[in-house]
Amino acid sequence: MSKELLEIKNLKTSFRIKDDYYAAVDDVTLTLNKNEVLGIVGESGSGKSALAFSVMGLHNRAKIEGNIHFKDADIANISPAKLNKLRGDDMAMIFQDPLTALNPLMPVGDQIAEAILLHKKDMSTKQRRNKVVDLLNKVGIPRPEHTYDQFPHELSGGMRQRIIIATAIANQPELLIADEPTTALDVTIQAQILDLIRDLKEDMNAGIILITHDLGVVAEMADRVAVMYAGQIVEIAEVGALFDNPLHPYTRSLLNSMPSEDEAQDKLHVIQGIVPSLQNLPRKGCRFAARIPWVEESAHEENPELHEVTPGHFVRCTCHNHFYFPDESKEEQANGVS
Amino acid sequence: MWKFIVRRLFITLPQVILLSVLIFLMAQMMPGDALSGLIDPNIDPAAIEQQRENLGLNNPWYVQYTDWITGALQGDLGQSFRYKMPVTELVEQRLINTFWLSVATLLITYIIAIPLGITSGRYNDSWADQMITGYTYIGFATPLFIFALVMLWVFGYQLGWFPTGGSVAPGLEPGSFDYVLSKLQHLLLPAISMALITTVNTVQYLRSEIIDTKQKDFIITARAKGASESRVYNRHILRNSLLPIAAFFGFEITGLIGGTVFVENIFGYPGMGDLFIQSILLRDYSVVTAVVLLFGIASILGALISDIILSLVDPRIRIK
Repeated sequence: MSKELLEIKNLKTSFRIKDDYYAAVDDVTLTLNKNEVLGIVGESGSGKSALAFSVMGLHNRAKIEGNIHFKDADIANISPAKLNKLRGDDMAMIFQDPLTALNPLMPVGDQIAEAILLHKKDMSTKQRRNKVVDLLNKVGIPRPEHTYDQFPHELSGGMRQRIIIATAIANQPELLIADEPTTALDVTIQAQILDLIRDLKEDMNAGIILITHDLGVVAEMADRVAVMYAGQIVEIAEVGALFDNPLHPYTRSLLNSMPSEDEAQDKLHVIQGIVPSLQNLPRKGCRFAARIPWVEESAHEENPELHEVTPGHFVRCTCHNHFYFPDESKEEQANGVS
Repeated sequence: MWKFIVRRLFITLPQVILLSVLIFLMAQMMPGDALSGLIDPNIDPAAIEQQRENLGLNNPWYVQYTDWITGALQGDLGQSFRYKMPVTELVEQRLINTFWLSVATLLITYIIAIPLGITSGRYNDSWADQMITGYTYIGFATPLFIFALVMLWVFGYQLGWFPTGGSVAPGLEPGSFDYVLSKLQHLLLPAISMALITTVNTVQYLRSEIIDTKQKDFIITARAKGASESRVYNRHILRNSLLPIAAFFGFEITGLIGGTVFVENIFGYPGMGDLFIQSILLRDYSVVTAVVLLFGIASILGALISDIILSLVDPRIRIK
């Protein structure tokens, strides 16, 4: 039956700082099924993008261990030539910042055409141009013939992101990685771009990894969600299960940090502390422990593992059983007194 | 794009006018005047004063300027008192010599700079890069006039590979093949000496541009499309890095002017730089102003050419 499109096993991506290697992605195991949208959420520095770049093989000087199975190959250990055959053809990526992700000296149409040229060598220049114009149409660019010859600086951020999306879908990839596709755009454009990705998803037949720190986007778009913290997956579940029954303290804190419409809060919930830098990551014990100091030390596992709580819902460490929000308990106490 | 070029040309005109006024005023401020180089101490001062009056040297500066610039526009830059010939005629042959020397120097500069810069930038921090960077540091630290002397001594006198002075061997028929060959042989050593020193700017500039471009996001985009390393380099990194080198071209020409003044003197190469120093020493007033004016115009043209090249290759600066 083989419905798995992508299988990541014990992936560890380390960067060299001075003389030591530090893992930005630490022992991640994931699967992505065909036609599935997997959301990956986490704060900046949690290793989301490092994970995406590892899959695409875009890290320049990183040490990558583990396996990434895609299309009968282990793309974590593959020759550059073979990887280049897959990249842009069977797997493609949408980037975070459309303002810098396009070559400023190349007409945007040519930049899309490059992706086609590299994988469909028998296409004539004219066919290629027609194909690009079709793609521009598809991503909702109003005057595709005219836009083909324009340069990136002549287009708005939203338009440029559409160009990048057109480049990514040019060869109907089976795997599409969208790395914070809306972060650099303003809110109204964000909605348009998300609508576009959703529309494309329908007729593209691709597995999508959607990386974001916007839980709203995940709730809307994803089938399954993986929450990452400090290079590890701390919780992974179907989107409904995760939002209805978030378990890991980090997931709960993230959800609690979202402003909600019905409860007019004076103050937003803030997670204490910051994501530790690569060099200061605790490599032993629960990595989130430092940010919930009020939870007893004994609540954490010594070597936190992912546990399947309900079918398909995994959570790391046992601390979720003992977690509470400190102000919540105070409120309860206050209520009790009055 | 044409609009940009026309507009750019339009700005050049006032630049040249301002330059000519400045040069004229500065020449006026120099001690002595057109006559001082000629004065025989035995001549009656009254007669000299009379001569000054006749030549219009006592007129206010703007009248003199108008006289000078009207003549210059008609191709008359005055008379050289030392060489006893019209400045235009004197400058002509030397201008051609310096032009070819400059072209040769620029060619060699880029022939050295582009491969070295690319190697250094692409494989930065490798041993090759460290060697090249070492060379550029030595180049930065070596004064041209000392280096040129060493080159002349080694390749001219010791090894005898190149002639040690002049721009052509005597007794050759102008226009003949031997004549051209001899010209080439005469300008090669000064050109190489100058290029070896001036090229280090361009090498370092290209190196840092490539290193900078390598880290741009659009390079990642290109890799994600499945472009091979060589395609990424040729299509994306190199093209984008050569652009500032084009902008550097005008500066290169200005640097060349300074270089020729030294090099032509050391190699006894009869060009503009050589003429410049001699006429200053000899108080050959009209020659000095003419040479400085031509140098100034060359710099302005250099900047103009840079801007035009840039407008051709960089879509971002084309004016609608």
